Amino acid sequence: MSVVTNTTTIGAIEAPSRRNTELLLLAFAVVIPIFAYANVGLAIHGELPPGMFLYGLGFAVLAGIGHLVVRRYAKYADPLLLPIATLLNGLGVVLIWRLDQSERLQNLAKRSFGTFSESAPRQMMYTGLALALFAVVLLVLKDHRVLQRFTYISMAGALILLILPVVPGLGADVFGAKIWISVGGFSIQPGEFAKIVIAIFFAGYLMVKRDALALASRRFMGLYLPRGRDLGPILMIWAVSLLVLVFENDLGTSLLFFGMFVIMLYVATERTSWIVIGLLMSVGGAVVVGTFASHVKVRVTAWLDPFACYSTSGACEQVGQSIMSFGSGGVLGTGWGQGNSDLIGFAANSDFIFSTVGEELGLTGVMAFLLLYGLIIERGVRTALAARDPFGKLFAVGLSGAFALQIFVVAGGVMGLIPLTGMTMPFLASGGSSVLANWVLIAILIRISDTARRPAPAPAPSPDSEMTQVVRPS
Amino acid sequence: MSELTLTVMRLGFLAVLWLFVIVAVQVIRSDLFGTRVTQRGSRRGGAPAAPQQPGRQSAPPQQRQRRGAPTKLVVSEGTLTGTTVALAGQTITLGRAHDSTIVLDDDYASSRHARIYPDRDGQWIVEDLGSTNGTYLDRTRLTTPTPIPPGAPIRIGKTVIELRK
Repeated sequence: MSVVTNTTTIGAIEAPSRRNTELLLLAFAVVIPIFAYANVGLAIHGELPPGMFLYGLGFAVLAGIGHLVVRRYAKYADPLLLPIATLLNGLGVVLIWRLDQSERLQNLAKRSFGTFSESAPRQMMYTGLALALFAVVLLVLKDHRVLQRFTYISMAGALILLILPVVPGLGADVFGAKIWISVGGFSIQPGEFAKIVIAIFFAGYLMVKRDALALASRRFMGLYLPRGRDLGPILMIWAVSLLVLVFENDLGTSLLFFGMFVIMLYVATERTSWIVIGLLMSVGGAVVVGTFASHVKVRVTAWLDPFACYSTSGACEQVGQSIMSFGSGGVLGTGWGQGNSDLIGFAANSDFIFSTVGEELGLTGVMAFLLLYGLIIERGVRTALAARDPFGKLFAVGLSGAFALQIFVVAGGVMGLIPLTGMTMPFLASGGSSVLANWVLIAILIRISDTARRPAPAPAPSPDSEMTQVVRPS
Repeated sequence: MSELTLTVMRLGFLAVLWLFVIVAVQVIRSDLFGTRVTQRGSRRGGAPAAPQQPGRQSAPPQQRQRRGAPTKLVVSEGTLTGTTVALAGQTITLGRAHDSTIVLDDDYASSRHARIYPDRDGQWIVEDLGSTNGTYLDRTRLTTPTPIPPGAPIRIGKTVIELRK
């Protein structure tokens, strides 16, 4: 009668905080850059670098502080985000230090600016600042849903951040792209921070509007096409990103914003038509701007055939050198400090830092780096899946989407897959704004994942189960 | 620095980098968000042929169990066939109400149909909660809370449950 065959019992797993796993991984993530640092010193100077223990100690202290803050204020956060970000940041500092040792780059800097200053100590200082900011975000932001209140303020804030570089007197035109502002001797890249701020706006806005965007649609050729009036927001973001492209000559930022909006729109509405519309619009915009804006045109020429204009255009030479770096790296690379990626010249330690990875660590190293980035993105999307509130879901997806797009745009650019866009590789590239903004991004993801993974409080005892009198058989 | 040392360090670094990636993926493998699925072997008949295998699904250790006391409730007929609920001293409610321990999707069941609870000695008792169609222990309709003999089927609408060791 009663046959039970291979039944399964499904129960929730009690949630451990996984902080000790994180600590172990973090220790591992501190040791790897120190190994790399020693390796560079041995390869270039034939001896262990003198600052090795100081550097290692400083880095370990920073990572330890990060861990303690997470342990105290975000107990149930994802165990992978902090160690991976630490590892990438540490390897980034080593890569920058390695390029500092290049005599070619030192001479180039002396010829063009008169002096040469090392970038690695500055990067280390920014890392310290970034970890402090990371701690502040976790301390202040107890619940990410607070940010939902600032939906429209953050829209205004993001637009201001985007417009700042074109404001006369504040913006600084560096090598064709106006994406920096200089305040008191520091140059800041507001676009890096704008990507976080605008994610708040997109998440808050789409959370409210997603039903209208998803449900009111006509079916046409297998696609659900939105109503004309619902196209308003996407047209507006498209226009803003085109304006950024035209007035700031910054392909990367405009691609990032538009792409991020399309990703979040797709996640919010589950309508494939938005992706199709978004792709068509970005291709259309890129073609139009690519034919008219001279700065973009140079980049496109350098992308189509870098070796045809190799000796005439600096942009072509950079892309060509970068491609040769990847080629000469081969499968296993030349080893730390033994490549010639410094031939790229200017921007070797910022936009083109990934070429050094490609040459000195080879395909094996490039794959490992891309996987590490992929793991951060995966944890971000997993956080979005686990988050219980729609705002947190969209916010986490937006942040990881922006991160993914940025990596695609930079890595694709230096490998010659897409035109170079002048963005920075998160955590690797030299630049204070990028390091600060990306640590804030990680802090927010850690906060959302802490909220998402925190075990739900036990339900209140049901009152009516106590009400019924039990008549005992006597 | 000798060529050999540098080659060893170069390969060593790549190995360590990949080791980190692999360890990180291992951490994901034991992802916390999912659910644990406990596979049970096939078993037939009212009474279990072999005692429950110790280990994965054992009752909480602080719970003193009487010898021969049932450890789980099994739904053996109806839409929920195969569902098991561990008996850990708590009251189990059955019915269509969504806050029941076992939510019955059964037109013949009342919203609060019956409950099963242990008395002071650990003997499990089934009680009908004034249901429309009644609760049957074996063939008899329940009128008072009744101790459940091991292996006896309890019928609620189209659903049959049993207590097992």
